[in-house]
Amino acid sequence: MRNRLSGIFWGLLFLAVPVLGVATFAVAPAFDHWLPKDVSTHGTQIDSLFYFILALTGIVFVVTEVLLFWFIWKYDAAKNDRPATYIHGSHTLEVVWTIIPAATLLFLAIYQMNAWADVKMRRPDMPPTVEVVARQFEWRLRYPGRDGELGTPDDLHLTNDLHLPIDEDVLIQLKSMDVLHSFFLPNVRIKQDAVPGMKIPVWFKAREAGEFDIVCAELCGWGHYKMKGRVTFEPRAAFDAWLERKYAEQEATQPAPEAGESLAAN
Amino acid sequence: MTPPAATAVDHGHVTVSAPAHAPKGGLGHFLSTYVFSKDHKVIGLQFLFSTLVWFLIGGLLALAVRWQVAWPWSDVPVLGKLFAQEGGQMAPEFYTMLFTMHASVMIFLVIIPILAGAFGNYLIPLMIGADDMAFPTLNMLSYWFMWPAFFFFGASFFVEGGAASGGWTSYPPLSTNTASSPASGWGQTLWLLGLTMVGVSSMLGSVNYMTTIILMRAPGMTMFRLPMTIWGMFITAILQAFALPVLTAAGFMQLADRTLGTGFFSPEGLIVNNAVPGAGGGQPLLWQHLFWFYSHPAVYIMILPAMGMVSDILTTFARKPLFGYRPMVYSVAGIAGLGFIVWGHHMFMSGMNPALGITFMVSTMMIALPSAVKTFNWLGTIWGGRIQFTTSMLFALAFVSMFIIGGLSGIFMAATPVDIFIHDTYFIVAHFHYVLFAGTAMGVWAAIYFWFPKMFGRTMNEFWGKVHFFLTFIFMNGTFFTMHILGAVGFPRRLADAYHYETFHHLQPLNAFMTWCAIGMVASQIIFAANFFWSMFYGPVAGRNPWNANTLEWTAPSPPGHGNFDFQPVVHRGPYEYSVPGCEKDHLMQTDPPNAAAAAAALAAH
Ligand code: HEM
Ligand SMILES: [Cu+2]
Ligand SMILES: [Cu+2]
Repeated sequence: MRNRLSGIFWGLLFLAVPVLGVATFAVAPAFDHWLPKDVSTHGTQIDSLFYFILALTGIVFVVTEVLLFWFIWKYDAAKNDRPATYIHGSHTLEVVWTIIPAATLLFLAIYQMNAWADVKMRRPDMPPTVEVVARQFEWRLRYPGRDGELGTPDDLHLTNDLHLPIDEDVLIQLKSMDVLHSFFLPNVRIKQDAVPGMKIPVWFKAREAGEFDIVCAELCGWGHYKMKGRVTFEPRAAFDAWLERKYAEQEATQPAPEAGESLAAN
Repeated sequence: MTPPAATAVDHGHVTVSAPAHAPKGGLGHFLSTYVFSKDHKVIGLQFLFSTLVWFLIGGLLALAVRWQVAWPWSDVPVLGKLFAQEGGQMAPEFYTMLFTMHASVMIFLVIIPILAGAFGNYLIPLMIGADDMAFPTLNMLSYWFMWPAFFFFGASFFVEGGAASGGWTSYPPLSTNTASSPASGWGQTLWLLGLTMVGVSSMLGSVNYMTTIILMRAPGMTMFRLPMTIWGMFITAILQAFALPVLTAAGFMQLADRTLGTGFFSPEGLIVNNAVPGAGGGQPLLWQHLFWFYSHPAVYIMILPAMGMVSDILTTFARKPLFGYRPMVYSVAGIAGLGFIVWGHHMFMSGMNPALGITFMVSTMMIALPSAVKTFNWLGTIWGGRIQFTTSMLFALAFVSMFIIGGLSGIFMAATPVDIFIHDTYFIVAHFHYVLFAGTAMGVWAAIYFWFPKMFGRTMNEFWGKVHFFLTFIFMNGTFFTMHILGAVGFPRRLADAYHYETFHHLQPLNAFMTWCAIGMVASQIIFAANFFWSMFYGPVAGRNPWNANTLEWTAPSPPGHGNFDFQPVVHRGPYEYSVPGCEKDHLMQTDPPNAAAAAAALAAH
């Protein structure tokens, strides 16, 4: 019954939790299993908050798991004959370990509000750059036509191929035709559900050119996995040129704008 | 470890009623004893066996899900033959159904009923010193209402279009709109009906538990002498009573949207799959509010009883009083109270007003506090103890270790800006598997190994129990810890194939590793099942109190007869008097008369 080895064995098993846990997070970035590249201006705020919480929770994780290991190791009944301490608690300790986490959590709550407000509340005062309408299982895009206004007959209609200028605010008007979807740009740290019946504004500023994924992040049916789009960020001039090319293409193929957009317009 | 069945009888209690249950024979007797029994213990075991069967089904569904995530569109071994479509390959709608039903089964047919139904039923009367529940007939009904749910969920796999596939959260319009997916025909309707039945069952259980705990405690059993298990069950019952009606109403509204053509959750002007559905004028977000108003409290329904049981098991095998009993009780109550005002944290990205999101963020941050307090008190409980490494204790320690991870990952998601990136990714999947599987399921195993002797009169095999623990623990972490890493890359949940995305295409090897671990984890349960059934018949006979524990159930025979106690238990102290100085035993049971304790102390003082 008094098997010292068993205590040592189980102790080490529990010690493996913080050791391997930290190791996993430490090696993951080396294998590129980590936050994808961020090309937005607000993304650093999100990423540094992520790292801050990672550090904070990492410390709590290591300390509590090591304590757990240490107690398992030290207070193994097979190892010592000392009776268990007869104690029902400690008022001081309870106060300490209530106040400290409470203060930390409250700090965290207040500290992050600004980043949230930047991404979701401080909407730039400008007309939409593009309207994104989600439907099973594609992203329908509508750019204002040459008149610069959405909802007019010369609007440009595209699918899944989003282009946006860099170094300036863009405002996307997000809608859904059928069920819920979620407009997720991993490289821009943007996610917003598209809700039928609602027009939800999404804004950000990209600071680097490149081509990235648009992912649907809300279950929208059997084809959810393939609801993929691409976003291309390019300098203003290149973006304008691209727009111009697309206008021309659309005018060549379908001179008169067809119906169906009346729905997208409401 | 197995002392003589020293208990109450030794202290000269008066025998009130012997478990007179003379075998009468006959089918009627068999039915009333084992099938339509009103005895809380039989009902508890019925819940236990039914939920364990569904646990197996849910586990197999999970493996099929993992298979597709690791090796999309490859032939599924074994199971592939069962649903031979496209030559053993999985269709995407089938995958969607699999994860929907995996989660639905695990949540509604396993975790909720195994905690409240199985352990709540079995333990509440025994631990408070009552001879049964307050309403035995309601209690029986609460079990039998699970059967329509089993039937609806089970049958839905066989209807046209397959079982529900709108996710366990069943968000409209995908779930209300029959044109929106192949499975949103009968499968979804049956899902809603099943959910309603689970709700009825839980509600019947809940009123019973509340009444029983309030009214039927043994003499001397004050509220603050209740074991934490009972506190967990009590608060859970309150949560269910207040939250469930909302879900039931919402379920009926969704059912009406689907079958009567109402439009509670559908806005004007939908065009789904080129069809224009009926009445609009509703709001998809309304469902989310109603659903999470129940389902956030429900996540606590899915863990508070486990927290209680783990607290009791930790004290027993650390031979120490619970550290901070009252703070523990207050934290459970705090979690329950706050639990009603945090539901919006599931909706940060939903289109809900972002200013409202801030209030939910603050309340969610604060709900991490009672969880932290509980963790510290568990650590305090084993500190300075004399730890016995039984299988049950190992699972209880694992609960603490794993709950720390699940609680901490909650803070990432509570931080709204971070949640923008990780919402609906595997980070969330990691989080809730750490609280629900690595947490609650560990607690359930701890409880099974712990109370098995009471239930069946025999102990489970310790060696194989530890093998089971070791393998489960290793494979579980291999499966779930890595999900945090997937989440950090933004890997979305619920995708049948994510590797065609540039961002995620390199994640397949990691996913394959996780699937191997998941297979190992499910396979390890064979050891558990074998041990369970073998021990039921051939395990060492346990006696009344094999673990030298303090609470009332250990004074009753193992297994207890009809009416539970063969004497009237009278409670003299709290449940955690372990290692009282000057007492020759290292534990004082709740029923041990005070003079015996005083005498022992006086004796020791000489
Ligand atoms: C420390 C306390 C906790 C905090 C701060 C917390 C926070 C959160 C947040 C913010 C989310 C939403 C994430 C998102 O969808 O973006 C979430 C999801 C979830 N949490 Fe927790 N949580 C905590 C504890 C628990 C516990 C104890 C359980 C269960 C026993 C639990 C079960 C779940 C489940 C099942 C989901 C996901 C539901 C779904 O989307 O399918 N959480 N949690
Ligand atoms: Cu989707
Ligand atoms: Cu929640």
